[in-house]
Amino acid sequence: MRQKLDYLKETPSQTAGPYVHIGLAPGTAGFEIYGQELGWDIAGPNAKGERIRVEGVVTDGTGSPVKDVLLEAWQANADGLYAHPEHTGEVEDGFRGWGRVITDFETGEWGFDTVKPGPVTGSNGQMMAPHINLWIVARGINVGLNTRIYFEDEAAANTADPVLNVIEWERRRATLIARRALRDGLAVYRFDIRLQGEDETVFFDI
Amino acid sequence: MTKPPQPGEFYQRDRHWHPPALSQDYKTSVTRSPKFPLISLENTASEITGPVFGHNDINAADNDLLSNFAQPGQSPIGERIIVHGRVLDENARPVPNTLVEIWQANASGRYRHKKDTYLGALDPNFGGCGRTLTDENGCYHFRTVKPGAYPWRNWVNDWRPAHIHVSVFGTGFAQRLITQLYFEGDPLIARCPIVNTIPDPEAVDMLIARLDMNATIPLDTIAYKFDIVLRGRRSTLFENRLEGN
Repeated sequence: MRQKLDYLKETPSQTAGPYVHIGLAPGTAGFEIYGQELGWDIAGPNAKGERIRVEGVVTDGTGSPVKDVLLEAWQANADGLYAHPEHTGEVEDGFRGWGRVITDFETGEWGFDTVKPGPVTGSNGQMMAPHINLWIVARGINVGLNTRIYFEDEAAANTADPVLNVIEWERRRATLIARRALRDGLAVYRFDIRLQGEDETVFFDI
Repeated sequence: MTKPPQPGEFYQRDRHWHPPALSQDYKTSVTRSPKFPLISLENTASEITGPVFGHNDINAADNDLLSNFAQPGQSPIGERIIVHGRVLDENARPVPNTLVEIWQANASGRYRHKKDTYLGALDPNFGGCGRTLTDENGCYHFRTVKPGAYPWRNWVNDWRPAHIHVSVFGTGFAQRLITQLYFEGDPLIARCPIVNTIPDPEAVDMLIARLDMNATIPLDTIAYKFDIVLRGRRSTLFENRLEGN
């Protein structure tokens, strides 16, 4: 008998299309259907750490805002723990660390409120700088794009971050660093994403 | 004594099996596709973990699109169908308790979305979205109407084959997937520039739900079967000793 490798192939991806909101955020598509839409509260009321807001716009290769994009955020809590059974340790009650983010249909601006994550232990015990994982889908994006938001005020941790250091072109690392500003006492980070062209954001094959 | 293997990293995604970022015939991809290569990462906790959902997050009836937006005693217009299948990983193991979400046009090819202005009529009894968690065997099922084909601006006479959008989570953020389900026998599949972003016909075949007469309810609802495969994980059989241990 010839030996066989009995693996299945992954289901291939297809674009989320222009009407992704119907499925994943029907309220923004213009109708109420579910008792509870998922992903609007990332950190919950009991999360420790600094409350922050992250904002940005996604632009295409012509420099125009992408107005029909949907982003998902996945992050650790302030202690660097993910709300997942494989990550040892308790997170705060109500902390999921996951959220959905929709753009304004007129401007393409998006934003979400959360807490700043802590550093996370990476491969071989190396510490990763605080970061929020992003997954980006839209019409015209054939396979969801993965990137990471890092924080400007974590310069030392960012310099040592094993993932940022995988990016050979140092000037491209800057595309992953969110800029911090204060608005009415709240830390607001700016994270613009460029799908293509000058200063194209670094995307990862994870 | 042999130590039981621990789940490790996800298998690398086969980027030749998935569509490339840029496909000229799907025009919107031209300005939305990164030009630089993706930077390949080894999985860390950030990729191996992912959100967990439970039965408190959704309602059991969210998977019935025939009733979840309909007026009491009424029903949407269109061919009544069941869509069912399993969520598996590349090791052919079921993925239990994972969130599956779908959205679609109604029977006339119109989406309930404020940005859709197609001539096809809205159906007052059809919302067009549903969600469910897979059971312990990875099984899921929805009841809905078969969506209609509709035109879209790409080439001027492009029509989307009937399709249902499908979103799946798995257990790790690296498994996150959105795809589209098509229906066996639809002549528009082969003509569709979005379907044809996928280079391998065998990969396209994975997106075509099969008519399933065994799951069809006689005199009531036609069934289609659609299995979904997410990335599988390597088993960690050997560990490299950490320095200092």
